[in-house]
Amino acid sequence: MNLLEPIVQGILLGGLYALFAAGLSLMFGVMRIVNLAYGDFAVLAAYGALVVVNAALINPLLALVVVAPAMAALGYVLQRTVLQRTLGISPLPSLLVTFGLSIIIQNVLLLFGSADQQRLTLGGIDTASVTLPLDITVGVFPLAVFVLAVVVLGVLSWVTAKTQYGRLVRAVSDDPDTVMLQGANPKVIYGIATAIAFGVVAIAGVAAGIQTSFSPSSGSMLLIFAFEAVIIGGLGSLWGTLGGAVILGVAQTVGAAFAPAQQILAGHIVFLLFLAFLPSGLSRRKVRA
Amino acid sequence: MLEVSGLTAAYGQVTAIRDISLSVDAGGILAVIGANGAGKSTLLKTVAGLLPATSGTIVFEGEDITRRSAFDRVRRGIALVPEGRRLFPSLTVQENLQTAFASKRTGAWTLDTVYDLFPLVAERRQRRAGDLSGGEQQATAIARALLTNPKLLLLDEVSLGLAPAIIADLYSRLPEILAQGTGILLVEQDVSQAMKVADSVHCLLQGATSLTGKNLAMADISAAYFGMEKK
Repeated sequence: MNLLEPIVQGILLGGLYALFAAGLSLMFGVMRIVNLAYGDFAVLAAYGALVVVNAALINPLLALVVVAPAMAALGYVLQRTVLQRTLGISPLPSLLVTFGLSIIIQNVLLLFGSADQQRLTLGGIDTASVTLPLDITVGVFPLAVFVLAVVVLGVLSWVTAKTQYGRLVRAVSDDPDTVMLQGANPKVIYGIATAIAFGVVAIAGVAAGIQTSFSPSSGSMLLIFAFEAVIIGGLGSLWGTLGGAVILGVAQTVGAAFAPAQQILAGHIVFLLFLAFLPSGLSRRKVRA
Repeated sequence: MLEVSGLTAAYGQVTAIRDISLSVDAGGILAVIGANGAGKSTLLKTVAGLLPATSGTIVFEGEDITRRSAFDRVRRGIALVPEGRRLFPSLTVQENLQTAFASKRTGAWTLDTVYDLFPLVAERRQRRAGDLSGGEQQATAIARALLTNPKLLLLDEVSLGLAPAIIADLYSRLPEILAQGTGILLVEQDVSQAMKVADSVHCLLQGATSLTGKNLAMADISAAYFGMEKK
């Protein structure tokens, strides 16, 4: 059996998962905020793009110009008004509140849409492909998504490592009270981080809507893949998340090459192996208590 | 510069400090002394804005800041070196210092000048703050507070858990800080150390002022410190 083909396809699938996981890696990995509605916000963004596309008859990428800033603004407002109140020593309030948000979003989408699978389309680019050396054929769009994921994670990684805002983000996850003593408002820092994460998840949601399809309930599966990528990669490491997403993607496509029905299961098994034998993930960074 | 009057603050239902009045001048230094649990740290936290005042006022440079947020007070020029140093353990020493730029205040203190003041901190700048010794952490915490270029520096138990030589070394830097016209309000358990550096002392006993003034006699201080009747 030729495994090269599924491995290459898996790497590209990993690009899509990495794009999903990027915002989660910032919120959960770096800032320690658990958002169980994260996948549903990606689906919400995809539906938002669908509405814009149908109303304005433009292509989905142009719709992102409206949808991504709108999602970022929603993220900022949601963080300042709702999520900020759930932060504390116990993770339970934020788990309950974001689980509730997840249910609300799914049902609102069912109310105004339908349970049908929906798609966004770019026309010819959807099915266009290029042939790489060794006679491997890959889709142009998945390749573009992979490149985009690398760029997004690279930018996020640079921002958290090198900029003043990035330092404050890491400082806030250590000790919000002491950040106040440096003259910064932690609530604004949390708000901006959530806005960034929501902007990225809008891009990911639309990309997934073009590459595959979506329905009101598809957010939960996206959430699981994103969490798995972040954990395989190691908490707090944005580049690790890219590695984790690629491992997950390759596990799924290689698994599918052996047993086509068990694609998702193969990914979960690899994830469980990481949890059992390498719980700190690829980055091997020690996780603070 | 700082005028505190009738300040009362509480943790939930428990009143921690009661009706405290004091003042600090530019370039002056006031030491707050008292036994464990006397409310010294609570007083500093309330002045810094980490704990809300239940009554009383805090006036800084002629403006009532009693209801202002902690970060707003930092931007106006009040810096706290908190109890237990509270460095960001996952950031490097230099990154810890750079977080102070969030105050958007400029002045005499820059990365270069604080490194000159604390050469040991300069040597450790690429280390993670979590890996430093107690003395290095305390020096870094003071340097970080100075980088907000404060007009008033609040120092909470600088000597706690440190060796005498290191304490003496840290205290020897205070004149350079005062020379910038910065006022210092410091909390200290070690009375003799406090008396050595401070113009005047303010003694707390169970959350209330028990003695305040300049050039006090040791017998009066120990009576006020432990709450005993004078013989």
